[in-house]
Amino acid sequence: MSSDAIITSLFVFVLAGFLGFEVIRKVPKLLHTPLMALTNALSAIALVASLVVLGQARTDYSTILGFIAVVASTINVVGGFLITDKMLKMFKKPARPAPAAGQEAGS
Amino acid sequence: MRENIIQLIYLVAVVGFALSLKWMSAASTARRGIFAGEIGFILAIGATLALPGYTSEGVILIIIALAIGTAIGIPMGLKVPMTAMPERIALSHAFGALAVGAIGVAKFFLDGEKFGKFELAVLGVEVVLGGLVFTGSLMAAGKLHEKLPQRPILFKGQNYVNFGIIGICAAIVIYLMFRPEDTWLVLVLAGLALAVGVLLTIPIGGADMPTVIALLNSYAGLSAAALGFVLDNKLLIVAGALDGTAGLILAIIMCRAMNRSFRNVMFGAFGAVDETAGGGAAGEVAPIRSASTDEAADIMKMARSVVIVPGYGMAVAQAQHKVRELADALEKEGVDVKYAIHPVAGRMPGHMNVLLAEANVPYDKLLDMDEINSDFPQVDVVLVLGANDVVNPSARHDTSSPIYGMPILNVDQAQTIMVVKRSMRSGFAGIENELFYNPKTLMVFGDAKAVVTEMAIEVSGQRDAISL
Repeated sequence: MSSDAIITSLFVFVLAGFLGFEVIRKVPKLLHTPLMALTNALSAIALVASLVVLGQARTDYSTILGFIAVVASTINVVGGFLITDKMLKMFKKPARPAPAAGQEAGS
Repeated sequence: MRENIIQLIYLVAVVGFALSLKWMSAASTARRGIFAGEIGFILAIGATLALPGYTSEGVILIIIALAIGTAIGIPMGLKVPMTAMPERIALSHAFGALAVGAIGVAKFFLDGEKFGKFELAVLGVEVVLGGLVFTGSLMAAGKLHEKLPQRPILFKGQNYVNFGIIGICAAIVIYLMFRPEDTWLVLVLAGLALAVGVLLTIPIGGADMPTVIALLNSYAGLSAAALGFVLDNKLLIVAGALDGTAGLILAIIMCRAMNRSFRNVMFGAFGAVDETAGGGAAGEVAPIRSASTDEAADIMKMARSVVIVPGYGMAVAQAQHKVRELADALEKEGVDVKYAIHPVAGRMPGHMNVLLAEANVPYDKLLDMDEINSDFPQVDVVLVLGANDVVNPSARHDTSSPIYGMPILNVDQAQTIMVVKRSMRSGFAGIENELFYNPKTLMVFGDAKAVVTEMAIEVSGQRDAISL
């Protein structure tokens, strides 16, 4: 990788970190467990790298490691999204007609 | 051309990820967030599979691996009970770290000699983080599942051993930057990282698990981002950075809620504080008042407002559904019922909220510590259910207490405090709780679930109906 590419990557990393900080700071404590489950599913995007290593099947070593990685990250993607959804489904809206419901319909 | 299109699809996927986190800021939009994340994922995977260079054998293996992962992932996502959520989350950190660590090692073997020094250093860090999070998370899951002892395991010079091994890891990474052809050292590095994960988590007690889980979450994200640097894959960098900051923010919130520093959590071995610290009060046997479940239920029935303070004990007893029944019965009698949630109640961030949501408690009744603390003087009855340290008033004034300075729920300001407890044994941290000796406190002894069930029956008057 050229030094240009490294610098670009650092920019992306730092800005994504700030974005994450600002966005996640607004997540209420109520949803912290689903948040962890969701970020876990998202970071399983390492699946993308695992697919390439496994798909190229360049050496026995890399194929075995790639296989393990694809299985492990697929578990996280599939399980992570399902579990987050299962949890969020349980968070019942307040019983009385809340103003938030109207906003949501409007948006 | 094809490469550029793939990159653009990755960009769209990144937007999906960012939106999915943004929509997590409210319970009403959160499920839309999952959808956005899933779309991002499907795009990312589709684009990746369109990359050139796959062998036919590799494609078959991909299909098999995806099928196995899905076959394991679906039951893990659908079948897991809410009470098992902390260990499930810890386990998923372990899987994520396993994937990233395995790819890191594979990359060293495949392309180590082609990489520059920066990539090699980052790759080394990535392998260390991956290995450490893998075993650390497995240990955490084991402790949470109570397969492993929850008490901290300590030995002399523990921190020196840990720092020593981390130092060796750093030395190996530096060596590999200059001699990447010595690939066997990568295996040594990975092995040491696995050992560090175990060593760093064995001294950490169950009460500190929320912080540790959040930190492991953060490390898992950082290792994914590191992999992104090595592969020059912006998608991985962004997703890793988002996961890394999420974990970090949660860990900071957990530490603040305990008035402790990271260093203290990681190396302080909280649960092992010398038990003499709070033991002074225990020596002189202070009088306690106890009440039967029926008496306690009658007092609650008469109250105008009841605040339930759940803790890990409620999770262990799986009492959340019965708690809901009790609250329903009380509300039928015209009692105002709310729940006060301490940020570190339970074993992971948001643990109590998830359990009570499972029991169909509307989320506007679940109040944060900051929201409810000033209301306690107006509360008639507080029902403490399996919580201990988070309601211990010593944290406010007893400088010798290990939890001194920790923000607590000011339940002692309520008119009557009821504490449901199995026995007078002290809590996880081994700290005596002066709340139990407060003249306004009534102790109700018994299993949380049994007690709450009894209370619900008494309040709703079902027992009279049956006996008639």
